[in-house]
Amino acid sequence: MDRSAQPNDELRDLYRELILDHARSPRHFGKLADSSHEAEGINPLCGDKLKLYFRVGDGDIIEDAKFEGSGCAISVASASLLTDTVIGLTTSQAMDYFTAVNNLLTGDGSGTAADRPHVNLSKLRALQGVREFPSRVKCATLAWHGMNSAMRNQKIPVSTE
Amino acid sequence: MNQKSNNVISSTQAADVIDCRADFPALDQKINDHPLVYLDSAASSQQPASVIDAVRAYQRHDHANVHRGVHTLSHRATEAFEGARDKVQAFINASSRNEIIFTRGTTESINLVSQSFCRPFLKPGKKIVITHLEHHSNIVPWQLLCEQTGAELLVAPIDDKGQVQSDELIALLDESVQLLAIAHVSNALGSVLPVKKLIDAAHSMDIPVLVDGAQAVPHLPVDVLDLDCDFYAFSGHKMFGPTGIGVLYAKEALLENMPPYQGGGDMILEVRFDGTTFNELPYKFEAGTPNISGAVGLGAAVDYLTTIGMARVAEHEHKTLLYMASRLADVEDIRLIGTADEKASVQSFMLGDIHPHDLGTILDHQGIAIRTGHHCAMPVMDFYGVPGTARASLAVYNTTDDIDRLIDSLQTARKIFG
Repeated sequence: MDRSAQPNDELRDLYRELILDHARSPRHFGKLADSSHEAEGINPLCGDKLKLYFRVGDGDIIEDAKFEGSGCAISVASASLLTDTVIGLTTSQAMDYFTAVNNLLTGDGSGTAADRPHVNLSKLRALQGVREFPSRVKCATLAWHGMNSAMRNQKIPVSTE
Repeated sequence: MNQKSNNVISSTQAADVIDCRADFPALDQKINDHPLVYLDSAASSQQPASVIDAVRAYQRHDHANVHRGVHTLSHRATEAFEGARDKVQAFINASSRNEIIFTRGTTESINLVSQSFCRPFLKPGKKIVITHLEHHSNIVPWQLLCEQTGAELLVAPIDDKGQVQSDELIALLDESVQLLAIAHVSNALGSVLPVKKLIDAAHSMDIPVLVDGAQAVPHLPVDVLDLDCDFYAFSGHKMFGPTGIGVLYAKEALLENMPPYQGGGDMILEVRFDGTTFNELPYKFEAGTPNISGAVGLGAAVDYLTTIGMARVAEHEHKTLLYMASRLADVEDIRLIGTADEKASVQSFMLGDIHPHDLGTILDHQGIAIRTGHHCAMPVMDFYGVPGTARASLAVYNTTDDIDRLIDSLQTARKIFG
């Protein structure tokens, strides 16, 4: 007898099809041999562990980005969406996305950066389900803080716990 | 001050079904619109009203510093604090109240033994033996000690079911081993170790034994005289008491010869600049003003468990655990982690490829509290090749209804990730 409840809207909102798809089949997964910027993101209590690689070329353009590691659906999907988003952007544009995603998940939720019209969150908005789950915000932001650390050439692993 | 439990433990003696959920105020609430099912007692248990009331009564009426004043409140506080020591002594069947040291918890108890009992005698060539399933609190203090002294830490293996094989552990023991430090019950796997057999084996080689009993005392009758362990460490907050209070039981003859762990007030007889004499047991090991209200709460928790009876607690939990393990085993795509023949309280598992944290969030959304992660036992996670597990852990207040809710919720998780 199946007495299990249908997942309610908040749970469906957290685990949207797009999130589950990126968690199951993460894009740009693996090591980037010729990376110019790297960072590690570790949430030791969770056990989430991501390594991010970026190759920044002429004109400060992110030519390629990859990640590897393990974590929950939210942290892996977020890293996958990040790499999907930033390839082709300048590092400064990528950092604008970092600001906008932080705003989306922990700020007023608008995800906008008024003075940065190039920022278009589109599918990144799938991450905003975590706003209803405060204990999971750290999972969604881990990869983004990793990118921030990589772009600043900080050598120590970042954590969002 | 008698704070003996005055709330009713309603039990049906005939079938011996313990139904004490109503004794625990925190269990009577909704989480995310669902009645709370609390399956995280291995991390920290809820407190019965009798414990909450005892702490509150002490704080409202009886608080002062202990072992000091001639005034009435100091006398009452001392009586309450020392009364709790007597209760703990009786509860674990220690020979003397001098053998009950109040600490902050299991972790401090183990660190005390490490620094005060082992460190003065450890040197290169000496060894400490632990097992692969220990909690970090029974690993890291020994790693620190070995770094400090040049001694070596040996780890006895576990098998695929999460059991320590006695003969493999005993094979590690010889005259160079200064201490065997083992869990009574594994916090991540629930395995009950054959501690009595291991203690006998170690003693036949004159090796003293420390038992980490944090996960055993709330679930099984513990008799330190019968075990003949040299040290037994446990925490108040896993046995319905407050946080910040725990116990180190140690044989009196060993404590007599150990130097103090920390210096300060309460642990001295006389202080002069040309030398200090230390207080008698157990106060030699209790520097500074202790956690008096915590001890009062622990005493009330001991009363609570004693009133039910630890044999009944163990039987009730054993039945519930068997029910949980069998229902979980029927869930599609589940992998049970920790399937020892002798178990208590705990079942770890993985559900398909769902990460334990996602599972924890989905369950919490349906009012079910479980622990997810490495459970402070990373070597166990490495052994099973998982980043962490979902862990449901029982206490005497859990029933088969709670397990049914857990199983239903796991089915919901499968739908989401399906």
